Amino acid sequence: MSASLIQANPKIILEVNNLRMHFPIVKGFLRRTIGHVKAVDNVNLFVQKGETLGLVGESGCGKTTTGRCIIRAYTPTSGEILYRTPDDKIVDLAKLKSEGDLRPYRRDIRMIFQDPYSSLNPRMTLLQIVGDPIMANHVASGKELEDRVAMLLKRVGLRPEYMRRYPHAFSGGERQRIGIARALALNPRVVIADESVSALDVSVRAQILNLLQDLQQEFGLTYLFVAHDLSVVEYICDRVAVMYVGKLVELADTETLYMRPLHPYTEALLSAVPKPDPRLRNRGNRIIPEGEVADPAKPPSGCYFHPRCRFAKERCSIEEPALRDLGNNHFVACHFAGELTLRGVLDKKVVA
Amino acid sequence: MTNKNLLLEVKGLKTYFYLDEGTVRAVDGVDFSIERGKTLCVVGESGCGKSVTARSIMQIVDPPGRIIEGEMLFHRINQDSGSSEQEEIIDLAKINPRAEAIRKIRGKEIAMIFQEPMTSLSPVHTIGHQISQAITLHTTATKAEAREQTIDVLRLVGIPRPETRVDTYPFQLSGGMRQRAMIAMALSCKPSLLIADEPTTALDVTTQAQIIDLMIKLQQERGMAIQFITHDMGVVAEIADDVVVMYLGLIVERGPVDTIFHNPKHPYTQALLRSIPQIGPRVRQRLEVIKGMVPDPYNRPKGCPFHPRCLKRISGVCDQILPPKVELEPGHDVRCVLYDGSASHPVEGSASHPVEGSASHPVEGKGGSQ
Repeated sequence: MSASLIQANPKIILEVNNLRMHFPIVKGFLRRTIGHVKAVDNVNLFVQKGETLGLVGESGCGKTTTGRCIIRAYTPTSGEILYRTPDDKIVDLAKLKSEGDLRPYRRDIRMIFQDPYSSLNPRMTLLQIVGDPIMANHVASGKELEDRVAMLLKRVGLRPEYMRRYPHAFSGGERQRIGIARALALNPRVVIADESVSALDVSVRAQILNLLQDLQQEFGLTYLFVAHDLSVVEYICDRVAVMYVGKLVELADTETLYMRPLHPYTEALLSAVPKPDPRLRNRGNRIIPEGEVADPAKPPSGCYFHPRCRFAKERCSIEEPALRDLGNNHFVACHFAGELTLRGVLDKKVVA
Repeated sequence: MTNKNLLLEVKGLKTYFYLDEGTVRAVDGVDFSIERGKTLCVVGESGCGKSVTARSIMQIVDPPGRIIEGEMLFHRINQDSGSSEQEEIIDLAKINPRAEAIRKIRGKEIAMIFQEPMTSLSPVHTIGHQISQAITLHTTATKAEAREQTIDVLRLVGIPRPETRVDTYPFQLSGGMRQRAMIAMALSCKPSLLIADEPTTALDVTTQAQIIDLMIKLQQERGMAIQFITHDMGVVAEIADDVVVMYLGLIVERGPVDTIFHNPKHPYTQALLRSIPQIGPRVRQRLEVIKGMVPDPYNRPKGCPFHPRCLKRISGVCDQILPPKVELEPGHDVRCVLYDGSASHPVEGSASHPVEGSASHPVEGKGGSQ
């Protein structure tokens, strides 16, 4: 992806270029750095206005870290996070150092957290939790603040009368609604939903997914949806990016990715998803990668996936594949992309 | 009961928790059975009593919980007492949870895998130590033999280099490897029933697929029965022979896996299946949701516990009586008044009820088992 994508295309609201987030490993009395955990290693992606981009991968692949870099909870090691402001200026969030410089953008990009139990302060009432970002940004106070919070609570399906209650009085699904109300409090433009439905029961999960979709339509929100549940991602996302050990391995629109994956890792992920129909059971027919996810502190040489890949050739262990466009905005990082016959989600034919 | 394959029969099991705030009826009259070598999946949302049912079978319900009623008949085959195999029936509910008798069954005949491998393994003992302890406790093996057996069972569950891994601590293993160690511990004494309480919920999809394949393989090799507790309908479809759907401590529907997925009868089962996103060709319609949420266990709704969220409720009936268990066909029963032809509810005349699908089905309605 060229660096000027966001300049060329006014529909793009956020572009991430060569993002790297390396955490140092320190050891000993002198706290010497003996290595780095490459949590995010060269990620490139862009998000269009009003769309939902899914970010999937196994745990430890750097999806959450990518999200946290974008809201600038972390300062990335290198790379660009280009954001288009409402007045059409392009800002590199990665370059902004001081909290003061970042402040205006903190309102625009908000996050919904994974665990509705630990992400709400148990000593604050709903009014304080949801009202906090409004107060901190001097948007409203007093009666006006209460009105705004009441409106937000009503919008996410909670009764405004509950405003004076504490989070412990609510169930998991309701707490997740509180988290959503807090994220929406400042009329954001981009919302990063970090595994926001993973901790919920199936029936409640469906309610929250529908709510997220309604809110997207109503407020024209753009979502970056970080998740590991591929069936949920397929349901809600327009495009999906697959990550493996800090790198982006494939990015395409949802239908293409699920039907015609081009990276062997995507194929393996898709085949591992249990299908809710006993008649589609294909025991022993699944492609499950051998072994475990590589350690991001000691990644293998070449393509990070090659020790587990069933198509791995010599080249894969030497040369690192670059993310390239195979047409129709289908990006893959594999030397043999397009040459391999891979199974999509519905194709049950066994490929030799 | 002449069925020789029967391994465990649970009849009218009730486990209540006596708390200061009131009594929680976590399991409120549950009947099911598990056959040898088969997989029974227990599904339901959190708080519906799935785990408490499993813990009741193992007699490890934490106080203030107590089993107050019911039978759990475990059919044990005794081989040691001579040449012929003889079946002994033990009622697990009658055994004192601290007695010697249950300790001989727990871990040996019935083993359990817990949800969170990190918290259910001891952090200060090596996995080899923990597994061989189970072996020395239940068999006559010496320490050295137990270590050999431990290495064998670790190899069986697919842990690479078991000779060195046997001396590692749980924190040195990844989540998937820890869960394998947990399975190895459960399998070490060759149980006839393995209870798996959400064994894959904390794992990634690829690891989950590995663990499920491993369990299926081990079941085929060992011929053990599995009671698999999960809330993931996808996993159920992969592994189950029979399915039990629970809601607020009650079994609302029970049947073979194909029937549950393709011909579900209870409105809760139907709603549950509709609320999961289907992977496959893009039909981006809205997910159907079940209104509201699982009620608070202190104030259970009167009558059918699902009626406040049910789309097909009949007011005056569903909010008054607990629907009896109705057998639709052998092995498939449902607890819903829609299918109750035996007219055991106040409104007389079964024909006046909107019976779906199997209107003319000769239902023998076992009558209120409560």
